[in-house]
Amino acid sequence: MTMQTSMKIAVASAALLLGACSSIQPWVKPYERDRLADPIMSWDRDAISSAYVDHIYESREGSRGATGTAGGGCGCN
Amino acid sequence: MLPDDRADIFWSSYRGGGMDITGESVLVRKKFSEKFSVEANYFIDKVSGASVDVLSNASVIKDQRNQKSLSLDYIHDKTQYNLSYTDSTERDYISNTTHFSLSQDMFGDLTTVSLGFTDSRDKIGENNGGTNTPKVAWLGHAESRSYQGGISQIITKNLIAGTTVEVITDQGLLSNPYRSIRYRDAVPLGYSLGSQIYPNTHTSTAVETRTKYYLPYRAAVSLSYRFFSDTWGIRANTIELDYVQPWANKFIFEGRIRHYSQNSATFYSDLFPFAKSQNFVARDQNLAALTNNTIDVKVTYAFLPEGWKIFKRGTVTADISRIQFKYKDFRDIKDFSVTPAGGGFQPGTEPQYAFNATVYQVYLSMFF
Repeated sequence: MTMQTSMKIAVASAALLLGACSSIQPWVKPYERDRLADPIMSWDRDAISSAYVDHIYESREGSRGATGTAGGGCGCN
Repeated sequence: MLPDDRADIFWSSYRGGGMDITGESVLVRKKFSEKFSVEANYFIDKVSGASVDVLSNASVIKDQRNQKSLSLDYIHDKTQYNLSYTDSTERDYISNTTHFSLSQDMFGDLTTVSLGFTDSRDKIGENNGGTNTPKVAWLGHAESRSYQGGISQIITKNLIAGTTVEVITDQGLLSNPYRSIRYRDAVPLGYSLGSQIYPNTHTSTAVETRTKYYLPYRAAVSLSYRFFSDTWGIRANTIELDYVQPWANKFIFEGRIRHYSQNSATFYSDLFPFAKSQNFVARDQNLAALTNNTIDVKVTYAFLPEGWKIFKRGTVTADISRIQFKYKDFRDIKDFSVTPAGGGFQPGTEPQYAFNATVYQVYLSMFF
């Protein structure tokens, strides 16, 4: 496949995707979201507790990030 | 939509691995219009004891961390903006963090896209004095910048899913001054302790994907997976499963299990062959190959369903976690050694370190 053909396919795909976006209709209607609005479906009901638990792990593991909380401190000891 | 106005009083306790940490916190969140809200949080961590690698260097710690944060949320049309500032102070560590994020609802509010940026400036010291007579030597600074992107998607009327990516870059003094390397040496113990030397840059990438499903009865189950990779050679995997079960409109019971594993950093070793054997050296237990497993049980009791004075309702929550840490290349040199009292273990043959931690949390939340 030549570079030119690849470019054409990429442009056509992008146009199709953008076209699809403009005509997206919400497939879950607002009146069908009562279950999703239930507090038990919340990702994070209690901010203090989540931040505290993240700090416990972050102070004892080599990894960090992508947990949705921001904070500071060392946990050096 | 902005979250509910609330006030929380929080208490926590962490016990494990020689450390005893008590946390106390207060949080207040208040809307000043339909578009603008403010959240203030104050957190105090009181630490006594020290982890095993600090103890093996004969330091016993008693310290307190005070963390204050202020967070502002503003909504315009379908976009929510957040700006927050956090100040965390210990006797030997000061950290200032500024965070900005925005999230945008789109496609009939089925999709939420979020972007965030965090800047953190830390000042790192070492307390060479006693517990009650601190003598802090300031050793250096570290700067950290974090870039976050996320998408949350309603898949069906019972199912939501989301993915978050975060890239963090650090620069400066990145080693923990209280932790030491050990290397083979011609002394009675067979090893000596020395200073850690870290690279002064570090970049990491974490990707987390999660999904939550509303079961045919009123309960929810969620599953998340996170992959982590950094320029120090650490790869880590985290998997977590949660189950939420309300009961009689008064209680919410939750159970959570989490499994974590990582390999060691490239410049980590439990026992180096000799002093200055390589440019970068570390024996911080956080950089060792390790696994940990968490089991967590939480119960929330809802009261004042009809409200009282300014309050619409209240909840009280109790949470207990048990975390089991196991290390694969970090040996317990505090309890075991070549001496008869230490069991006669030659350096490098001591049992691998392991410990269990128990975490308690109790908090009262009042919504108004």
